[in-house]
Amino acid sequence: MSSQPVTHAGPAHGRRFLISWIVLSAIATPLVAILLGPLLPPGNGSSEATGQVFDNEVLVAVVTPVCVFVLLFLVYALLSFSNRTGELLDGPPTRGDTRIQVTWIVLTTATVLSLAAFGTYELLQSGSGGGQGPTAAFAPSGSSKALDVQVIGQQWEFTYRYPTFGGVETPHLVLPADTLIRLHVTSLDAIHSFWAYQLAVKADANPGTDNIAYVLTKGPRSFDIHCAELCGLWHGYMFDTGQVVGQSQFAAWIKQQQAAFAPVTKYLPPYATTYQPDPQRRAG
Amino acid sequence: MSTMAVEVRPPAWRRLIGFNAFTGIVLGVGGYYLGWFVGHQISGGSIGYYASAADQNDISVILGYFFGVIGFLIGLGFGVYPWARLRGYPPSLREKETQGTSRYFGLCTDHKVVGIQYLIGIGLFIFIGGLNAMLIRLELMSPTSHVFPPGQYLTLVSMHGTMMMGMMTSGILGPFANYFVPLMIGARRMAFPRIESLTFWLLMAAGAILTTTIFFGGFPTGWTGYEPLSDQANAGMDSYLVFFALVGISMCLLGLNMLATIITMRAPGLTWSRLPMFCWGVVATAILNLLAAPVLVAVLAMVMLDRTAQTSFFLVSGGGSPYLYQNLFWIFGHPEVYILALPGFAIVLELLPVFARKPLWGYRLAVAGMLGVSLMSWLVWQHHIFVSGINSDLRPFYMLSTEIISIPTGFTFLCGLMTLWRGQLRYTVPMLFCLAWFFNFLIGGLSGVFLSDVPSDVTTHGTFFSMAHFHYTIMGGLIFTFFAGIYYWIPKMTGYMLNERLGKIHFWLMFISFNSTFAPLFAIGFLGQPRRVVTYPHNLQFLNQWVSISAFVLGFSMLIFIYNFVYSLLFARVKAPANPWNSLSLEWQLPSPVPVHNFDRIPVITEDPYGYGSPTPAAVPAPAPAGGSA
Repeated sequence: MSSQPVTHAGPAHGRRFLISWIVLSAIATPLVAILLGPLLPPGNGSSEATGQVFDNEVLVAVVTPVCVFVLLFLVYALLSFSNRTGELLDGPPTRGDTRIQVTWIVLTTATVLSLAAFGTYELLQSGSGGGQGPTAAFAPSGSSKALDVQVIGQQWEFTYRYPTFGGVETPHLVLPADTLIRLHVTSLDAIHSFWAYQLAVKADANPGTDNIAYVLTKGPRSFDIHCAELCGLWHGYMFDTGQVVGQSQFAAWIKQQQAAFAPVTKYLPPYATTYQPDPQRRAG
Repeated sequence: MSTMAVEVRPPAWRRLIGFNAFTGIVLGVGGYYLGWFVGHQISGGSIGYYASAADQNDISVILGYFFGVIGFLIGLGFGVYPWARLRGYPPSLREKETQGTSRYFGLCTDHKVVGIQYLIGIGLFIFIGGLNAMLIRLELMSPTSHVFPPGQYLTLVSMHGTMMMGMMTSGILGPFANYFVPLMIGARRMAFPRIESLTFWLLMAAGAILTTTIFFGGFPTGWTGYEPLSDQANAGMDSYLVFFALVGISMCLLGLNMLATIITMRAPGLTWSRLPMFCWGVVATAILNLLAAPVLVAVLAMVMLDRTAQTSFFLVSGGGSPYLYQNLFWIFGHPEVYILALPGFAIVLELLPVFARKPLWGYRLAVAGMLGVSLMSWLVWQHHIFVSGINSDLRPFYMLSTEIISIPTGFTFLCGLMTLWRGQLRYTVPMLFCLAWFFNFLIGGLSGVFLSDVPSDVTTHGTFFSMAHFHYTIMGGLIFTFFAGIYYWIPKMTGYMLNERLGKIHFWLMFISFNSTFAPLFAIGFLGQPRRVVTYPHNLQFLNQWVSISAFVLGFSMLIFIYNFVYSLLFARVKAPANPWNSLSLEWQLPSPVPVHNFDRIPVITEDPYGYGSPTPAAVPAPAPAGGSA
């Protein structure tokens, strides 16, 4: 192990790297935010979706300089400090630098705390479309006038009850446009997760639990519904398409549903936030 | 004196009799049928039950597995020593100190044998888990269910996840920590050598049990085993429960053994501030092993009771709650993912100084980072259930704690990167795998920011995005460093070098196909494909096919590794020098292969093993004076 320490006199690698990082980040961050930002999910289908896209844009913008830092550091170090001689040479015996360590800790802590603060602020606005349990802590303004719609998960489909319209239960989800909706998600058997992708709503359907999520719809459109929690054999087939329609159209639709399902509705259990789950059964 | 008597080798069948794996398997299978019979006496037991191809009597299946495991362990000889002690024989340390291949097939108290047993045994089950992944990707070549019916597909998904999560928890601690921690700390053995062997054989029993789930119709729950789905599932579920419970016991004992060894058996002079980084990583992981695994065993025991004894811990209809399962599972489950990640950090920080020819930069910060991750990993578990509706007003706290965990993780990055700075980098195969860790874990970590942020998580939760995230951290973080460890340490473990050229081909093919497989999954998740589905929208077919083909290339790169492994160790057999990497670490100062007792004299440690580039010649640890602690 006869090796000679080598001192790197010459280029000020540290300064060179830092300047390249700042320049590259200054170019890359706006580029990523402008080019990638609009592509980020889940689109513009609801007020919550818009909020999530903004959230994702901010995160991408914060993450980009970090990513550039590590990748640029790796590329710089691997190109500048490789031992091409084939001899066994040692680097300088540096074992740390308090200034760099303190700077790093302060910067990462500041970034992390501001990210958490930002996320919390966004969450407080309306709950961001996530399931919030029976007592929704982060309700949007005007939530007392929201339209209640119940989502009932069972193996392997979702059905929907409209308590304000006589508790009618429909096999497909139709929502009025520009309306604040309070979704009550529950299950009759295993755990499902109600995910309306373009509306940016995801809430687990637990048996015995009323899981509330708020969504403020925008203009008429269709949206995809998936089950997002593994719920057994036909989980992969548990999807549907929902509709947001104009308010008068919705009024007509719900009246039609009430009429069509009237013979069934009277045999349904009275509307409740949860129902007695099916007796446990074996289902592969 | 002719004590060197010619040993008469008994015939092959005779050598199978005795305490070894063969006897273990025979007694294990016998034990299974005994338990199965007892189970049928307790419950069920109609002629129809006996005759059915897939036995659905949970009591008999679980009892069968328990009796089988006990029979297996007795057959391996784990009962001999306790029985002898009960009869009053004095304590003794070593069993089966035989030479030759037979010691690999039984209870062996040599930590070096256990390390190699782990490497091969775990490798075998990881191979099965990898094959499952290939079949999953085969199915996802088309948006409809076309190769496997949904039930078989879910079994493949569940087996892949469970096998990988269960086996890889010991992926680095099993082979490398068992083999090298005693060598690195200047000890002759582990603190509890029989328990060390027990952890390995429990894991093998567990792996076999999980594989038998196919005889009971598989299980549909994924590796998380959520209630109440796991209560509905047919008897294949019992394989999962017994598998994970055994893995939990094995993990817990492994962690206990590692902690006891590192705390009590360090050589003179090996203070905490001189401990090799790999050992620090093992400490940080072992704490999690020891404390998290019991929660898993307990929660699985509760599920077993729900399935067999009509308790109702998790069933709403009986007053239980599925949230209880989710909470308990993730109290184990989040430390578990750091049990997978931390050994990777440790290997990276251990290897970089060797190949950068520089001391580790910021030793204390690196230690603080790993212990910090270990501590913080207890405070974040509810980020797995952000949209489940439980504790919704606590979500800001879990968002904060999850994001805070990136601070100690950042320490590992800083120390690793700064170790490279102004070094004399040598791009050997292990170094390439360590460098790939930076890239993979960077992507994995930064995608984690999206999942930790509640508003963003609402969309990405439970999608291929989170699936890509944890494959980047676990496969990119753990499997890559696992291979770094293999290429780095195999010369010491076997005395032979692995082929460098094949190693580089393996690395580049694996690195490129890995990223080509998992990077598009972020997009697929963003575009709305949930996890664990057998069908998906047609517009995602191109991306899915791209991923599948990349995954097949990734699988092929593993075949290159297996070829290299078999070819180099069995056929080429290029003798390894004692210290091929010119490392200053203690294990490389020993001859290859390492003698049974490791050290003739226990060394005295005077500095940490990272003294590269110091003006004074590197101090190779000197043997302790005669009569020193031994």
